[in-house]
Amino acid sequence: MTHERKPLGGKLLTKPFWVLLSLAMIAGLLLIKRFLFGIGAVTNLSDGYPWGIWIVYDVLVGTALGCGGYSIALLVYIFNKGEYHPLVRTALMTSVFGYTLAGVSIFIDIGRYWQMYNVFLPWHINVNSIMFEVAACIGAYVFVLWLEFSPTFMEKLNADKAKNKMNKVLFIFIALGVVLPTMHQSSLGSLMIIAGEKLSPIWQTSWLPLLFLLTAITMGYAIVIFESLFTAVALKRPLEETPILGKLSRIMIPLLVLFMLLRFGDLAWRGQLGNIFTNGLLGGFFVIENILFLIPIVMLASAKNRMKASTLFWSSGAMLLGGALYRFDTFLVAFNPGPGYHYFPSASEILITVGIVSVEIMAYLIFVKKLPVLPVVKTS
Amino acid sequence: MNLERRDFLKVLSAGALTAGNVTSVFADIRKTLSPNAVGILYDGTICIGCKACEAACKQYNDMPPESGSLEKAYGVNDIWDDTSDISEKTLNKIKLFEHGDASVRNREENGFAFVKRACMHCVDPDCVSACPVTALTKNETTGIVEYNKDACIGCRYCMVACPYNVPKFEYAKAIPEIVKCEMCGHRQVVGDIPACCEFCPTGASVFGKVTDLLKEAHKRIDLAVGSSYDYPMRNLDSGDTSPKTVASYINYIYGEREGGGTQYLLLSAIPFTKLGLPEVSETSSASKSEGLQHGIYKGMVAPIALLGGLLYGAYQTTKNENSEG
Repeated sequence: MTHERKPLGGKLLTKPFWVLLSLAMIAGLLLIKRFLFGIGAVTNLSDGYPWGIWIVYDVLVGTALGCGGYSIALLVYIFNKGEYHPLVRTALMTSVFGYTLAGVSIFIDIGRYWQMYNVFLPWHINVNSIMFEVAACIGAYVFVLWLEFSPTFMEKLNADKAKNKMNKVLFIFIALGVVLPTMHQSSLGSLMIIAGEKLSPIWQTSWLPLLFLLTAITMGYAIVIFESLFTAVALKRPLEETPILGKLSRIMIPLLVLFMLLRFGDLAWRGQLGNIFTNGLLGGFFVIENILFLIPIVMLASAKNRMKASTLFWSSGAMLLGGALYRFDTFLVAFNPGPGYHYFPSASEILITVGIVSVEIMAYLIFVKKLPVLPVVKTS
Repeated sequence: MNLERRDFLKVLSAGALTAGNVTSVFADIRKTLSPNAVGILYDGTICIGCKACEAACKQYNDMPPESGSLEKAYGVNDIWDDTSDISEKTLNKIKLFEHGDASVRNREENGFAFVKRACMHCVDPDCVSACPVTALTKNETTGIVEYNKDACIGCRYCMVACPYNVPKFEYAKAIPEIVKCEMCGHRQVVGDIPACCEFCPTGASVFGKVTDLLKEAHKRIDLAVGSSYDYPMRNLDSGDTSPKTVASYINYIYGEREGGGTQYLLLSAIPFTKLGLPEVSETSSASKSEGLQHGIYKGMVAPIALLGGLLYGAYQTTKNENSEG
């Protein structure tokens, strides 16, 4: 069950790389402004909307997109589906980047960042706070992810001894790597329970933790599929992973069906179904979310469709969009702090997020070209 | 190589334990008022909108003046603070409701009325529950919701949590803090009362024990409209009173039940929704959120069980992998 992996090699400083680097540098300049003059100097955040796209995109969507490692680890190590093992390393790498940069975004977003470590000091922590659980679990998970990924570096450095030692204890980090995301991906949903009436009743429910967890796991599978296909096309590699991705895609269906049953059941139970139709704009957002979730359910229903790369690409793309929109709606669109408050991200805010995503893609390119991450392609 | 079905079930049951708890977690963990809790009763019907409380608040809390649209018109600063609400520079704020020709005080139709906004000092504060680093705390004796900048990480979750949008953040500063009314705690420790009550010329803001303030509020609601009543000044038991004609109170004390009760209470002659105060359910969101979280993580049983199952599963899988590789 060993899979030969090799650095892709090739030129690093390609044209797209330079574009990404420029975007990252623009964000870097704006960040200097943020740290010198305060968060208000670069964002449109207000007392009513204290969280914007840095939290909702970079952290909430970013970590959900980083759930590939978690979702695949669930299958391979916990449900012992060894056939998915070839997907582990790339999935893990995306998780490493997604979570590390979410951590960086939190550092940029919080006002008193130099005291960030208070979250880990026993005399400061507040166990009643969902934010404490989220912060502690994400912090710990970033650390665990790098450890899980460390054998890749050891391979590169030919540090076989270290790699063997690491492999012996790896199971501890694999187990932690499943428990921690289960905890914080659900708690990311629980965060909004305390917002009470400020969040529209269409989204406000005690089931938020389970709804967030289900979509996070599903997004984990979707990102692995989406990214594998996208990379294959972008890096001009053959689409030889399609059969296994097709098999993987099937898992999304029961997860999504469960999500939708729970969601609509809860709305009906709370007598809020009518709200979808009377709530104008918000109702529209709710409908779009559910259409995006229905697309993979329908498109992936037949085994024949699941073997088509294009079907896999679009259905997993819809899933990712749906999951992202669900997070945007819960934290921004359906969040109404009261009259007089409005939020739309400023250009600087968006450029900083774009810069962070650019860093993520650059890191991906560097890693696949320099480290043994991608499986070796048999030249036909 | 094959994980036993039994082990697989172990993992599943740990997961089910986590999920199963969700349905049975709404333990009533609402917090109750400390018997010595202090608060402020604001009676909008006798407020004259002079803003003496705002000026005093700024003076005794060292808050900077704030200018808005009137700033330096013709090169000269305005003398009034020009903000529409409480902010990171303004801890309390008198606001005006106007309707039609605004001819009669304390009337909804063609009338006007005042309201004072400040921290509500909730009995079960959402902000305190939300804060990950215990930077916001509820004083066990006085019930004042206090802020400690040395703990705060600036995550602004308190602002998301507060149903009244009270905690404010210094967005314009490189070294920002959360700012909110702390009921002049620094004055209370030396025996003084909050500045807004001390300097209110009409008795619209009075300081006292919350239990006494609630009694006083109920008493005022029961007074005959148009009769004369000696309104206590500054401190409920100061003995100093000012006679005034009783307005037509609506039969509701804002803060008596909101989110499990607040220590800042308001009376009015017009509905509170017209005064921009939100409708807040009687149970605090904090109790819902904490109830759910404590249910799921009760004694950390579910996460530890899950971790145990996963350690076993992951060990079995990787063991084989190592021997093969």
